[in-house]
Amino acid sequence: MESTTAVKKKTMTLVQAITDGMRTMLEEDERVLVLGEDVGKNGGVFRATDHLQDEFGEDRVMDTPLSEAGFIGAAIGMSVNGLRPVAEIQFLGFIYPAYEQIMTHASRLRSRTMGHYTVPMVIRAPYGAGVRAPEIHSDSTEAIFTHMPGLKVVCPASPSDAKGLLIAAIEDPDPVLYLEPMRCYRSSREEVAEGKYTVEIGKAKKVQEGEDVTVITWGAMVPVAAKAVKEMEVSGVSCELIDLRTLYPIDRNTIAESVQKTGRTVIVHEAHGTGGVGNDVLAVVNDTSFLYQKAPVERVTGFDSPVPFFGFEDEYLPTPARVKNAIEKVIKF
Amino acid sequence: MENDFPIKMWIDVNGNVQEKEYQEVVTEKRARTFYQQLIRIRTFDRKGISLQRQGRIGTYAPFEGQEASQVGSALALEANDWMFPSYRDHGATMTFGHSLKNILLFWNGRNEGCIPPAGKNIFPPGIPIATQLPHAVGAAFAEKRKGTKNAAIVYFGDGATSEGDFHEGLNMASVFEAPVVFFNQNNGYAISVPMEKQMNTKTIAQKALAYDMPGVRVDGNDVFAVYAETLKALDRARNGKGPTLIEAVTWRYGAHTTADDPTKYRDQKESDRRREETDPVLRVERLMKNQGWFDEQWAEEVKNQAAHEVDASVAEMESFPPADPNDIFDHVFAEPTWQLEEQKQQYFEAKKGVAVWNQQQQ
Repeated sequence: MESTTAVKKKTMTLVQAITDGMRTMLEEDERVLVLGEDVGKNGGVFRATDHLQDEFGEDRVMDTPLSEAGFIGAAIGMSVNGLRPVAEIQFLGFIYPAYEQIMTHASRLRSRTMGHYTVPMVIRAPYGAGVRAPEIHSDSTEAIFTHMPGLKVVCPASPSDAKGLLIAAIEDPDPVLYLEPMRCYRSSREEVAEGKYTVEIGKAKKVQEGEDVTVITWGAMVPVAAKAVKEMEVSGVSCELIDLRTLYPIDRNTIAESVQKTGRTVIVHEAHGTGGVGNDVLAVVNDTSFLYQKAPVERVTGFDSPVPFFGFEDEYLPTPARVKNAIEKVIKF
Repeated sequence: MENDFPIKMWIDVNGNVQEKEYQEVVTEKRARTFYQQLIRIRTFDRKGISLQRQGRIGTYAPFEGQEASQVGSALALEANDWMFPSYRDHGATMTFGHSLKNILLFWNGRNEGCIPPAGKNIFPPGIPIATQLPHAVGAAFAEKRKGTKNAAIVYFGDGATSEGDFHEGLNMASVFEAPVVFFNQNNGYAISVPMEKQMNTKTIAQKALAYDMPGVRVDGNDVFAVYAETLKALDRARNGKGPTLIEAVTWRYGAHTTADDPTKYRDQKESDRRREETDPVLRVERLMKNQGWFDEQWAEEVKNQAAHEVDASVAEMESFPPADPNDIFDHVFAEPTWQLEEQKQQYFEAKKGVAVWNQQQQ
């Protein structure tokens, strides 16, 4: 369900849609503030906060010291005391100093205090490989965070979803990790509604309808899977493509409905296979639709190696060819 | 460096007021209030240990010996200020108005213990070391943004100063000029590790220099000195002058927690000596005697009153309704996710199954 009061549309890239989402909420709600490293004058390392400090002032778009644990911790204190911080981590691979603050405080403060103190904050973090960035800049460790009780994790793949999910995350009463596929920041454009609208957290999107195989993925792997799906059409295989959009809580109904229809499932993610969110998707397929499956579920993932230096990243990342192989495998089983 | 950060003392171990100018603050009324609170929290603390020994609560972290630090600092606060305690600071939280029953509930494994009375800004105890410092900075910053004069105080021990969050917290507070008081209780030991193995500096207060904020060393067993220095730091905070680091030099007489045996790492004769010489309660008692303010009968009443209040809170804690398993599932998010709903349902179904099975066995 998507709610909107907006009418006009504007063509935007994904990163522009994110900026637009923050701008919309900075205008809408006095309590919202943006903080992080280089988010002020510099507009963020990816320019996601471009011009926001000029428009809203240093009190609302704050450069912080280079101190992930410090500013995530401070954002927890701000949320508890009535503000709505949107914190930017420059790359997901740099979030680990703040792991403790997220795991032991942000995600469990509501539970510890039975709802007396809550942490309505958003942590934005670009993730993933494929932009030839230096090492550590390409991590896709979303599963660390979906494993944290009390934290929601979302990951848009399109400009329009990016804005709507960001606004939903800012308005959510609980902490949300908002993962940005940096590889898709400027790779495509689409019409994005102006003004305020939301995309509901916890709802997947059917990118393409199909009959034979369900391909489930998210974030930067959506265009990769889409390419494979398109190429399979030539061989007469009709695939249904699902963009999960929310990694916790995942959309069980959309998955179940689709895999019960097709009976064949392929899951694609760039994160390491072991302990990946794909396994949670697999569990949903198992729990809801085991007897509908005509073939074992296939997973196409990154390897259980650290994300390699970019000299090898094209080998590490799932490709349309690998996704096609998996589709063929479930068809031929 | 030690000489640059002398330990401030208002009342010496014999109960003598150190400077004439202090007389204005060292009044009979204050002495009585402080004494009363010191006795109150000590009574609670001893009860905590005894309840744990009897298996009536879980592991408990005692603070006996540190009462002046906790009472003096907490009484310096205004009603709308924020308090971020660690797990050894329930003496401070109860002085600031926390419910004794809830503090006991916390130590008895109940989330209700994390909830402060209505209108009281008291965070649940920080368990991971030093992580509460950035929270205090954020909450204090929010007060500044709102344009209030409220401040935050955050408690932590000597070991916490080795954690990154200590430094990140101080640095952020300094950069943001957040109205926060960093209140360190240096009791000499982080569980078993003594200060000289924790840091190479002779003081904790000097660490403030790196963040360009005042660093103050105070006798943590002198409730008047603690009160006065905290008040001064809070005043700076309220008036836009930013944070202060206070090092209250003190000593914990007992174990780190009831699961720990301090004789393994230190000679407890030192605690015995300190009980005789530098005890925070004795200090006030000696002062009051020197000033002719001490009245044995009144002191007896104070003790009885404290015992009565603590006993009543134990009774309240023990008659508190049993834990409701729904609470495991219902407070993770504002609205439970389908996973939590499903797990909850499975839990209750399994429970029902066990009950039926038990019935069949009878």
